[in-house]
Amino acid sequence: MPMNPTCRSRRFPHLGGLGLVFGVLILMMLPLGSMADEIDAALIDLSDRSFEVKQAAVDVIAAGGDPRAGTLLEALLGGNLYARESDRRPVLVAPSPGGYRLTDALDGSDLGEVERGAVKKITINNRMRNQLRTAIAALTLASPDPEIRLKAAQQMLGDANPIVVEAIRDQLGREDDQRVRDYLDLSLALASLRDEAPAARLAAVNALSGSLYPAARNALTKLLSDEPDPEVRAAAERSLAAIEQKLKLNAAAETLFFGLSLGSVLVLAAIGLAITFGVMGVINMAHGELIMIGAYTTYLVQQAMPGFLDYSLFVAIPAAFVVAGLLGVLIERSVIRFLYGRPLETLLATFGISLILQQLVRTTISAQNVAVQNPSWMSGALQINPALALTYNRLYILIFALMVFVALLLILKRTALGLQVRAVAQNRAMARSMGVRSARVDALTFGLGAGVAGVAGVALSQLTNVGPNMGQAYIIDSFMVVVFGGVGNLWGTLVAGLTLGVANKLMEPWAGAVLAKILVLVFIILFIQKRPRGLFPQRGRAADG
Amino acid sequence: MGVASVMRGDRGGQAMLAVLLVVAVVVPILNLMVPESSPWHVSTYTVTLLGKYLTYALLAVAVDLVWGYLGILSLGHAAFFGLGGYAMGMYLMRQIGDRGVYGHPVLPDFMVFLNWSELPWFWQGFDLFWFAALMAILVPGTLAFIFGYLAFRSRVTGVYLSIMTQALTYALMLAFFRNEMGFGGNNGLTDFKDILGFDLKSDATRIGLFLASAGALALGYLACRWIVTSRLGRVAVAIRDAEARTRFIGYRVDRVKLAIFTFSAMLAGVAGALYVPQVGIINPGEFSPLNSIELVIWVAIGGRATLYGAVIGAILVNYGKTYFTGAFPEAWLFALGALFVIVTLFLPKGIAGLVGMIRTWRRSRSPAESAAEAAP
Amino acid sequence: MLRRDPIKSVLLGTGLVLGLTAGSMAQSADDTIKVGVLHSLSGTMAISETTLKDTVLMLVDEQNKKGGLLGKNLEAVVVDPASDWPLFAEKARELLTQDKVAVVFGCWTSVSRKSVLPVFEELNGLLFYPVQYEGEESSKNVFYTGAAPNQQAIPAVDYLKNELGVERWVLAGTDYVYPRTTNKILEAYLKQNGVAEEDIMINYTPFGHSDWQSIVSDIKRFGSEGKKTAVVSTINGDANVPFYKELGNQGVSAEDIPVIAFSVGEEELSGIDTKPLVGHLAAWNYFMSVDDPANSSFIETWHGFTKNDKRVTNDPMEAHKIGFDLWVQAVEKAGTTDPDAVQAAIIGLETKNLTGGTAKMLPNHHITKPVLIGEIQEDGQFAVVWSTEEEVPGDAWSDFLEGSKDLTADWTPPVMCGNFNTVTKTCLGAQAQ
Repeated sequence: MPMNPTCRSRRFPHLGGLGLVFGVLILMMLPLGSMADEIDAALIDLSDRSFEVKQAAVDVIAAGGDPRAGTLLEALLGGNLYARESDRRPVLVAPSPGGYRLTDALDGSDLGEVERGAVKKITINNRMRNQLRTAIAALTLASPDPEIRLKAAQQMLGDANPIVVEAIRDQLGREDDQRVRDYLDLSLALASLRDEAPAARLAAVNALSGSLYPAARNALTKLLSDEPDPEVRAAAERSLAAIEQKLKLNAAAETLFFGLSLGSVLVLAAIGLAITFGVMGVINMAHGELIMIGAYTTYLVQQAMPGFLDYSLFVAIPAAFVVAGLLGVLIERSVIRFLYGRPLETLLATFGISLILQQLVRTTISAQNVAVQNPSWMSGALQINPALALTYNRLYILIFALMVFVALLLILKRTALGLQVRAVAQNRAMARSMGVRSARVDALTFGLGAGVAGVAGVALSQLTNVGPNMGQAYIIDSFMVVVFGGVGNLWGTLVAGLTLGVANKLMEPWAGAVLAKILVLVFIILFIQKRPRGLFPQRGRAADG
Repeated sequence: MGVASVMRGDRGGQAMLAVLLVVAVVVPILNLMVPESSPWHVSTYTVTLLGKYLTYALLAVAVDLVWGYLGILSLGHAAFFGLGGYAMGMYLMRQIGDRGVYGHPVLPDFMVFLNWSELPWFWQGFDLFWFAALMAILVPGTLAFIFGYLAFRSRVTGVYLSIMTQALTYALMLAFFRNEMGFGGNNGLTDFKDILGFDLKSDATRIGLFLASAGALALGYLACRWIVTSRLGRVAVAIRDAEARTRFIGYRVDRVKLAIFTFSAMLAGVAGALYVPQVGIINPGEFSPLNSIELVIWVAIGGRATLYGAVIGAILVNYGKTYFTGAFPEAWLFALGALFVIVTLFLPKGIAGLVGMIRTWRRSRSPAESAAEAAP
Repeated sequence: MLRRDPIKSVLLGTGLVLGLTAGSMAQSADDTIKVGVLHSLSGTMAISETTLKDTVLMLVDEQNKKGGLLGKNLEAVVVDPASDWPLFAEKARELLTQDKVAVVFGCWTSVSRKSVLPVFEELNGLLFYPVQYEGEESSKNVFYTGAAPNQQAIPAVDYLKNELGVERWVLAGTDYVYPRTTNKILEAYLKQNGVAEEDIMINYTPFGHSDWQSIVSDIKRFGSEGKKTAVVSTINGDANVPFYKELGNQGVSAEDIPVIAFSVGEEELSGIDTKPLVGHLAAWNYFMSVDDPANSSFIETWHGFTKNDKRVTNDPMEAHKIGFDLWVQAVEKAGTTDPDAVQAAIIGLETKNLTGGTAKMLPNHHITKPVLIGEIQEDGQFAVVWSTEEEVPGDAWSDFLEGSKDLTADWTPPVMCGNFNTVTKTCLGAQAQ
């Protein structure tokens, strides 16, 4: 059977980004008045069903030179532009008691209140987004706000159109912000690579040496393929080598960050277990589900405070600690306390609890995953340089993992509870005879471990799925980390988690994700043969338990 | 040493074997001789289901041998089971011959459509039943031997050992998931046609496999009884209860452990090999660490260190699973989870211990009666 | 010691075993037609499959409101194979032999379908399989109402190539048979279209992969070499959320490197914060957002049935709806639920798609489908940006794979073969005997 001969596309012919800018700049020189009608028509066209028509409309609006066109296009790009059903006029909306309060998108006049059904959002597609960004950049390169100029300069980087280059040269003449100048300089250097004169090319090549922008590297690679002048060639090769050298260093730094970040996730997932399993000796198979409960708490907190997404995590962290901690106390009081001294049987009972918790979530909330949102400060990346960016969510979670670790360490080493916990863990009978209320300590310790698992769930909800099965993804890794580090030693858990994370990421590029993980497991198995009690073995009597 | 001597004193085991014998005689008759319309007819579905339970029971016995009598909580026995299953699966795959969907004379379907040009070396020989059968025992045995040799020599014990066995099965699962390994990746091996020339779809073959499973369970059970009643078994129990002391007395603890662990792995391999033709598929999911945990739970529910308890536990839990997944698809995990919790809390010796508990309870209620009972 | 007669205890034990087996036999009533539902309600696949179970229950309910079928009421029999592949085979056998269902709607993953396939062939049952899959299969007993690769993957790549000018390709998938096969087909297809080896990057990750840092960074590097790059994603369910999050955070936007997914639908998006995904693409045969009266009424019924007007609809749900309609028609045409009669009757039958056009059951047990490409919107819905003008017939055997380019499937006489070699004019494999 022939493979799909009948599928013909509905094509959307489209002015490319270059053509658009070209058009904008030419049209800007024309008298404006005659275009008002055209713009009015274009505004209506924005809510057309066809993306083709919409794109043409955007071109017209951008070319109109209306000072508010930029705002309108921004609103369109941001998905904030609606069309009034009655006359299809584009409007901005704000929620109001009766429905929406409308503002005219172009002149900003108040258009009164309407019901929700009276306006419809104007959708855009991938191509339009690109078109809009370029159009906005062209409109805003001369903006008085340096931040806006910076964005525009970034968007126009590497654009080879002579008119654009001319505009950039113009702007460079009056630009006083250094960051914007850098981008404009780079753009000009890239343009000069295509200059007729070898001397101009040579200067450009030298200017690009060591630049980490992908555009610079690509332009140099391209230049090398057809450069006639030997001197420019040699310079280009040197420049490129300098770039490659820098990129390698950056890639190494990036891998290290990836490894530490993966490690911090492992540490977070495992650290609660380091208490319930490591300190108390309970083989807590429900640990993963306690993480899940923490993640679901985050979800519920976000549902409960819809307008305050950016602060939701600060509420979720204590909430998850309390919810998972109380659940932990409940589990300890109702089941585990009957099983002390029979560690392997705690495995069976907690496995049963984990099944119940999973199904509980499935029936009370949903079998589907739930959407936990990222606050704005968790999105995006910290740009160190053009080739190295550290994503904020990973960075914060790395820091958070260390904070949790330090807090736990302080609790165990510096508080009365910590002292009692360690006493009970080392010698229950002795501790009791010294007046420690071991039952209370057990409950609190287990609650602490469970609470920390819940807090880990808050962090993990920012990285991955939140669903009934999420706990199972972490339980095995968590046990590996605790055992590798040495049962009963928090430092061991920290070092083990970070080591395994970095080892995994170092191997991943050449072995692939799966094989890297297998190799890490084999490594742990062999390592335990060498050091049967992990990296930091516990010494003394308790070690025989 | 006869059957009678190894079974002496094992009343639960005697009853279990007797039930097994009766079922093995009655079920084939009810399946093959009784017409389908009769209420006494046992459907082929049931026969296959019982066959599957029996292989699980054998696996549970293998786990109980190392956990109950040697004190090693293996969270990786599913790995040995899976390896035995894969060996049998490879044989069954080769038996398909040119009846695969692409009609290739040698290569299994999944290799054809992933553009393999020839059979990889480790698939050679699996067209012969005896070779595959040998591998189903030797591969798990060898793996257990190497793993045990390293672990027991360096005295990895307790939870460390448990977690390491878990790492082992987890690593195997990830490895078998990889399509490059040449074991069919996530899909595993399936669409089997026949075994030793007998059509796998025929009732008679299914009965045959059912009987083979019953036989393997009986033999495996007797072998384990023989071990636990032998001198080796008594040393094993000593190791379980006081490892250091046994070592100081002069026993080679690591060798005893290694021997029993390896034997147990081989038994698990046999169970796997019998399991695959009855369920019709083997895939990496069998290596899942959760499976290993589950089978430890069968043993715990049946009653640890009784052997026959493992059989009861395996059959009961799996029957419960079959029944509840059909009858209460939405709620069966609650029931299963609650069962695990309740058994650990209230029946620390499992169902096998229940008899003893009832006996004690009755005795405490009417001391006179129990005294009278004790008299003869 | 208790004086227990050993014979008595043996009898007791035997009775217990037999009692257990008898207990599992359900009584079949003659006044209803049973419809089996074989979808995981627990385990990893429950996320996707519970919705399909509800869909079949709704369809059965609707049909009964219309007066049932052949004068009888339909009765759904739901079982839970618990995302456990051998259990799928066991449950399929239970449905067919114990519950004696007339038809089964079920399975999601390829492995579950492969697991039950021999059971359906042995017992001559009927299975409607609603999910897009890798092709390379056509069984007499299975009807594939989801997309074959030529109804999803190839049009998607055409769109990227022609409309977005993509020149470099990242084929990223979860390591199992559907992505493997799809990527093989796409690789061959791209090379035929003049794409160089070094412009294709193939990457496989395990199920539920959650740490995408290195891979996204590789994709970014691969895409920064001057040519327009796109990612064709066959990443399975759960791994998608962290993948898209990582893309968003590392600053890879849909304008730079668009991702087109074959396994991400409305249901999956409902569990994701969609803000960073806006503009990424998906290729399906159905989108909830398509404005069509049939679709609106389907959504309305669904909301009514689930008593939740936030529940989304998705592509496999439509596939079940189409499969169910076709089956009902075939039973009415044949006047019986007998599998052979239904198999013969169903070929050539047509029903309306929810997005317009018709779905027709082809002789190879696949159906005709329109191909739609949608962009993810902030509200978790898709805006259709491209579609085929007419329906594409499903192709069981890919023309781009070495082993299958000469094969076709035709379940009408005189061929009656699922893997017929058009060169040697023979039916291959087991059916040859």
